[in-house]
Amino acid sequence: MWDYSDKLKDHFFNPRNVGEMPDADGVGEVGSMACGDSLRIYFKLDENGRIKDAKFLTFGCGSAIASASVLTEMIKGKTLEEVEKVTNQDIVDYLGGMPVEKLHCSVMGREALEAAIADYRGGKPKAEEGKIVCNCFGVTDREIERVARENNLRSVEDVTHYTKAGGGCGSCHAEIERILARVWGEKEAGLVREKAKKLTNIQRMKLIEETMEREIRPALRADGGDIELVDIYGTKVIVALRGTCTHCPSAEFTLKEYVEKKLREQVDEEIVLEEVKI
Amino acid sequence: MRTVYMDSNATTRVADEVLEDMLPYFCEYYGNPSSMHTFGGQVASKLDEARGRVAALLGALPEEIIFTSCGTESDNSAIMGTLGSYPHKRHIVTTRVEHPAVLSLCKHLAGEGYSVTQLSVDRDGNLDLAELRESLTEDTAIVSIMHANNETGVIFPIEEIGRIVKSRGIVFHTDAVQTAGKIPIDMSGSTVDLLSISGHKFHAPKGVGALYIRKGTKFHSFLIGGHQERGRRGGTESVPMIIGMGKAAELAAEFLEDENVRVRGLRDKLESELLEKAPSAELNGDRERRTPNTTNISFQYVEGEAILLLIDREGICASSGSACTAGSLEPSHVLRAMGLPFTAAHGTVRFSLSRYNTEDEVDYVIEKVPPIIRRLREISPFGREELSKGS
Repeated sequence: MWDYSDKLKDHFFNPRNVGEMPDADGVGEVGSMACGDSLRIYFKLDENGRIKDAKFLTFGCGSAIASASVLTEMIKGKTLEEVEKVTNQDIVDYLGGMPVEKLHCSVMGREALEAAIADYRGGKPKAEEGKIVCNCFGVTDREIERVARENNLRSVEDVTHYTKAGGGCGSCHAEIERILARVWGEKEAGLVREKAKKLTNIQRMKLIEETMEREIRPALRADGGDIELVDIYGTKVIVALRGTCTHCPSAEFTLKEYVEKKLREQVDEEIVLEEVKI
Repeated sequence: MRTVYMDSNATTRVADEVLEDMLPYFCEYYGNPSSMHTFGGQVASKLDEARGRVAALLGALPEEIIFTSCGTESDNSAIMGTLGSYPHKRHIVTTRVEHPAVLSLCKHLAGEGYSVTQLSVDRDGNLDLAELRESLTEDTAIVSIMHANNETGVIFPIEEIGRIVKSRGIVFHTDAVQTAGKIPIDMSGSTVDLLSISGHKFHAPKGVGALYIRKGTKFHSFLIGGHQERGRRGGTESVPMIIGMGKAAELAAEFLEDENVRVRGLRDKLESELLEKAPSAELNGDRERRTPNTTNISFQYVEGEAILLLIDREGICASSGSACTAGSLEPSHVLRAMGLPFTAAHGTVRFSLSRYNTEDEVDYVIEKVPPIIRRLREISPFGREELSKGS
């Protein structure tokens, strides 16, 4: 069973502000049935531009219902400018924490709220533009970038917990890695490359091993293949292909164009890959 | 608070008679059945009795039964033990709806260079035997197809499958964890070579399983060690557990009729009343070809974890194929393989009964569940027009 806080349980068992609001000033909706959760938020403003009433409807698990319930409570009495500052972390804090696998529920709350404000202001609901990265859950690169920045997310797993991206078939993990590298890495990656020239043998070996485990193997495994690090002599890296890779006609291409390139990018530009069949 | 346990496909309570039989073998008769002394020897004869009882439940010979630690070990032993016997054959056939004990192993083996065919199922969870026929090749080492599905209870026609598989001289394994003690199993004259069962699914304790190995079937030991189980499974026998499983098997045979008449009747009542009283509820899986204790219902437009949390507050124990309960983000692989629409897949609840359930409990669940579904429907943005139309 999930370890839900008392506050979360309270808002799940006794959700506040459930229902439709036909005369709402703003309505925002995110998620879909396919994704397994969905949230619609309504609000109405008073004459001073403060939120007089808020309501929600949601399709989702316990924490999705609780997140929506507290969100409607949190925004009542606030101006839209104040409401815009509410982050998903505020929702999590208000609930006294939530299981890490459920954090996407809080992100959904924030996004529905944004959509509702955009609806009120007459603009199109500010749909997250950009390229779809995770096809399973329809998450775009822009959305991943933003949530990663706001919540200081550093790993694919973190991104999955917050946005669901990468939680289905897993084929977008490499792409999410690239986005994270773009968000955090530009500076850090630059530093790594800078340092690469002065790597000691041990450091280089460690970095090669790490890159293989973190990026290269998961990418090959997604296609049913695998690769084994056999040995390292200086900048010469010896590997053996496994799984479907062993009889894949484009294996050589994968080795040169993907594995070697990746290692050169991330570890040392001098790296030369060599394949052995064992 | 009252507890109404309807999650017997997950595990069952240990029968009192089973525990009673086990207890002396902890502190009193604790000898090792392999020892030369009489003290250990008397334990060995009790193990033989248990083996005989499990064999009787399956219509098998005692020497065709080896005890394992669980259903997963039985499945792993069957598959690995067969692959070890036919090292030149590199193809495995299974289905998309197997238990992870088979499915995850096959995925692992695919990474080791085996090729794996996963047969599909239709909307009712049934296999297409023509697809099976076409999948078999000279390279196929083993076909592993479950007897009944743990989530839906749908029963596969294992004898028909076995005939097809055996006509090609291929080893046939079936995971019968969900059927032992629920429907009759008779290995005499069967086409099945290997069959896995698990004690805790029929009122034995957790931590014991068995594998039936048809006499004459090539088998490589999976757990390599001592001479126990005629060299087919190393490791000192878990004596009290095995004795418990033997007793549970004996009781299961006695209660088989109760399971198929009374428990089936309770399940049918629960199912038909829930389908009628809860809004937009649908049954998953073939209505006829099912284990008598299982019903898997989709409550459309609501989410499974939310249902479980609310019924849990009423003391009702069930499980769900919803994404959120498993800590994954997608609904169960079984429901997806069946092609359930998303409107239904996220809101599934499985109720699985046992001989310990009463009509009073069924009535309690029928009373408590529909209002909970309606309450969640009030919160859901989907299917609101249908809700206001009636039901």
